[in-house]
Amino acid sequence: MSSIGTGYDLSVSTYSPDGRLFQVEYAAKAAENAGLAIGLKCTDGIVLAVEKIVQSKLLVKGANRRIMSLDNHVGMVSSGLLADGRHLAKRAREEAQSYRDQYGAPMTLKALIERVAMYEHAYTCYGSVRPFGISTIMAGVDKTGPQLYVVEPSGSYYGYRASAVGKGKQLAKTELEKLDLSSITVKQGVMEVARIAHLVHDDNKDGNFELEMTWIGPETKGFHEHVPSQLLQEAEDAAKRALEEAMEED
Amino acid sequence: MADMINTVNMERLKKGEVNLGTSIMAVAFEGGVVLGADSRTTTGSYIANRVTDKLTHIHDRVYCCRSGSAADTQFPFEIYQAVADIVHYHAQFYAAQHDSRPPVHTIASLFQSLCYENKDRLSAGIIVAGWDEEQGGQVYNIPLGGGIFRQPWSIGGSGSTYVYGYCDATYQEGMSEDETVNFVRNTLSLAMARDGSSGGCIRMFWEGAELIETKRAVSGKPEMALPATAGEGMVVQ
Repeated sequence: MSSIGTGYDLSVSTYSPDGRLFQVEYAAKAAENAGLAIGLKCTDGIVLAVEKIVQSKLLVKGANRRIMSLDNHVGMVSSGLLADGRHLAKRAREEAQSYRDQYGAPMTLKALIERVAMYEHAYTCYGSVRPFGISTIMAGVDKTGPQLYVVEPSGSYYGYRASAVGKGKQLAKTELEKLDLSSITVKQGVMEVARIAHLVHDDNKDGNFELEMTWIGPETKGFHEHVPSQLLQEAEDAAKRALEEAMEED
Repeated sequence: MADMINTVNMERLKKGEVNLGTSIMAVAFEGGVVLGADSRTTTGSYIANRVTDKLTHIHDRVYCCRSGSAADTQFPFEIYQAVADIVHYHAQFYAAQHDSRPPVHTIASLFQSLCYENKDRLSAGIIVAGWDEEQGGQVYNIPLGGGIFRQPWSIGGSGSTYVYGYCDATYQEGMSEDETVNFVRNTLSLAMARDGSSGGCIRMFWEGAELIETKRAVSGKPEMALPATAGEGMVVQ
């Protein structure tokens, strides 16, 4: 953290002499340390998942949802400051709704991500605001097929076949790269994403976690919905078995 | 003066007002769409323009034409043009932002919201027709109140009332390009023969997947009462 004390990290609207915006980089750090979120684009839909660290035993299981719907056909999950994520979702929903009003058709992911990214970018341009402390995965199925994008606090965004944000994203991405992403279906995707979430999670270090998962696929008729609890349970059981087997082999 | 309010005013139009008694039509076929309209504009009994172009270009492959129920077409042309201009602007904006042509449905929706939100000021329906990669040739009817209805064929204007029976009896699913063009030409000929405020020549556009450029035709000898000979002398430009 050579930037500390140099005075160039006090405002987003001030560049450092070597052309960096430290506040934007710090915002990205906020996103790196929160629970892992995974997004997967399949041939017939998309899968989103998030690892929710159980902060207190008093919390109701299954409550406090983290994956949000932006429109019927679009899901979003972010890693970082939770309130920032909810604010961004609110904005994205307004964009999707106004698009429907104006054009009488559901918004394409490409158009939605462009507007959301421009909104995030605006928060890196003024001294009076702070950038969003979140990395966001937005995925959905539009008229062009399944789509998945990741937006960073800087307002830059990329389309992916699969991605992960938050704590342990490197390991998760390495695992995602091993999958055959050109032929995977959402059913297979649910199993793989559960396996990767359990693999990346370290019970000893981070404590217990709850896995929340949503999808869009043939079963949901193009709607963004939670993965049925029974299927999620199967996926998690299979993930745990796979991990135990791997442990025994070692 | 007392006579003025106690007698039926045969001249419904205000002084100098232009009436567009109209016959317009759009039909979708496998792979494209055909639009047609008559070309008469009147001021009272005087034909102010006999070669009017009533088909408005909205975007690359989308056209529209204005209609109205029966004789109620005193909707000033300027307002219709303003609505078409606004939609044209939105269509161009869409194309720039999405890097692709706006679907026909999107353009029809833009017309629909303008018609719905200004229903107290507007008094004409609009037919939007065009072609896109997603759904091929499409026809949308946007009637007076600002609804939106996709139809295989649509007719409008004062002349249309005479030819609903002909259209119902003649239209068939899966007509070819030539059959569709003939259907439009014959229907408009009949409408123009019956309707005093429709006339002149028939203007047509057709476009679709295989047609690289929009084709355009103006009939030379349109006012035939019989559909079988109505197309004589048609010129393709």
